[in-house]
Amino acid sequence: MFKKSGLLEFLLGTSLGANHLGMPIKNFNQVDRNVLFGRLPGGVHYGRDCSVRGRSQEETLTKMIRLSSFLLLASTALLAQDAAKIAALESAVQSAQSAGDNAWMLTSSALVLMMTGPGLALFYSGLVRKKNVLGTMMQSFILMAVVTVLWALVGYSIAFGEGTPFFGDLRYLMLNGVGAAPNADYAATIPQQTFMVYQLMFAIITPALITGAFAERMKFSGMVLFCSLWLLLVYCPMAHMVWGKGGYFNAYLGGQMPAFDFAGGTVVHITSGVSALVCALYLGKRKGYAVEPMKPHSLVLSFVGACLLWVGWFGFNAGSALGASSLATSAFVATHFGAAAATLGWLLGEKLHGGKPSVLGGISGAVAGLVAITPASGFVTPMSALLIGFAAGLICFFMVVVAKSKFGYDDSLDAFGVHGAGGTLGALLTGVFATSAINGALKDAAGNPQKLGLVDGNAGQIVNQLLASLIAWGLAIIGTLIILKICDLTVGLRMTDDEETQGMDLSQHGEEGYNFES
Amino acid sequence: MKKIEAIIQPFKLEEVKEALKAIGIDGMTVTEVRGHGRQKGHKEVYRGQEYMVDLLPKVKLELVVPSSRSEEVVKALGAAARTGKIGDGKIFIYDVAEAVRIRNDDRGENAL
Repeated sequence: MFKKSGLLEFLLGTSLGANHLGMPIKNFNQVDRNVLFGRLPGGVHYGRDCSVRGRSQEETLTKMIRLSSFLLLASTALLAQDAAKIAALESAVQSAQSAGDNAWMLTSSALVLMMTGPGLALFYSGLVRKKNVLGTMMQSFILMAVVTVLWALVGYSIAFGEGTPFFGDLRYLMLNGVGAAPNADYAATIPQQTFMVYQLMFAIITPALITGAFAERMKFSGMVLFCSLWLLLVYCPMAHMVWGKGGYFNAYLGGQMPAFDFAGGTVVHITSGVSALVCALYLGKRKGYAVEPMKPHSLVLSFVGACLLWVGWFGFNAGSALGASSLATSAFVATHFGAAAATLGWLLGEKLHGGKPSVLGGISGAVAGLVAITPASGFVTPMSALLIGFAAGLICFFMVVVAKSKFGYDDSLDAFGVHGAGGTLGALLTGVFATSAINGALKDAAGNPQKLGLVDGNAGQIVNQLLASLIAWGLAIIGTLIILKICDLTVGLRMTDDEETQGMDLSQHGEEGYNFES
Repeated sequence: MKKIEAIIQPFKLEEVKEALKAIGIDGMTVTEVRGHGRQKGHKEVYRGQEYMVDLLPKVKLELVVPSSRSEEVVKALGAAARTGKIGDGKIFIYDVAEAVRIRNDDRGENAL
């Protein structure tokens, strides 16, 4: 954009200069000529030499005038040619931007899918006992298949069709009309199909995050039905409210209560984290909880998974700029800084709590920071990102290590402690640290960038963020309870005691993760 | 014939094997085992959940030798496996009634 207008100014500036040059010459010709050529009013000549010099100067000047007139004509002709050139350049710049944006968005889509498989699958499966390693991986992997089909059939339309402020209409049913043409409401420079597939990756990972709460005890069929209904009744409506055109909280497309959620603090992390807590409470504890040892069977897997999550998160947050823009860079940096500071925050928590700096603590902290920076990533400075991350590391440590054992619920892999708590914290802190210095896309009536968060002097934004978080909490609690009840009454939710003792790998899938004798 | 069963620190296995080889003992059976005697276990913490781990990884060697060599083997084995710290393990010695080589039905010390 800058380059384009710069070129235009340059070309226009040249032709304007020619006009300015023309004007003084004309005036000079008519008014100042006599003075300059030694003819005073009254026809007195100063002398021969002077007169001769004057004549030759006059000839030169006439030539100059002719030349300048010619240049004026030529530049007018050139201007027409330039206009065509500018148009051609503009369209070249546009298609180059389109290609660049599309390349980044396709890359981001792949990065976000990588967060689910293998990222989350490894992170979670390392934390369970080895009899459940495959079953836990499968819970993530099956969602890559099931959610994709549901998204294509109806999910995308519920989330991104216009509809009401709370639920999209069915205009994109079966991806009707979702093709190569951009949808200017959402992303004007990439095919809508790219936007659709990018958003799909978010829809895949969100229910996959919940599986950490009911790990090691849920029936496969119950889990698939639960996640399918949850996608359509909780995720898609929430995504519509925050990101859909006309959505209730959409700050950019006509929302009645604008809330800022750059990459999914409310939509992804609050909904999944709070639903996870509801699931953990509804299903009850694992058999033998707090009696049998339930150590993570391989923190090596979890470590690799967490590192893949960190990398994939660049697609999640920087991709949410929906283009290869400087905003994407800013979100990339904020994301990274948030994760780094949160790692240190969690480790400090362990130290203050009298423990050792653990690897599981370090990677849990990184994930907590990534969660908390998600809604803020496109609105905050790098220094704010460090603060948000550090706070998330400490607070999520407290939720997971202190609060959970106090309340005694079995959120097996801490989906609530990390995603629910971190997501809520991030949503609120976005209201504090969001600044138009980073994201000036919102304009007020006079065309100036709108004040975003508390640091900009807009304290009221925190209230909006709080309300959006509360709605997300409410929707997650009510929606999840209803869906759990439906699943419980139809296919059932929990494995039998024998199946649970045997492990998911054998009882649900007829396989084992580690066959050392083979 | 005597059966010598030694439970040792896993990291001492190579030294013990070398020491036995040096006095001409090649055959043995080795198993990874877990257990503890007077050595205390340790504490592990995963996201605030504490686990006491008192069964520690050890290596068990089993070998059967002619009775005449038993004392020599026990001395060599003990010397090689010793660090002087708690947790070094134990050696148990049993009488063996009979030995059979499956391949050709050799009996007694010929089967060793």
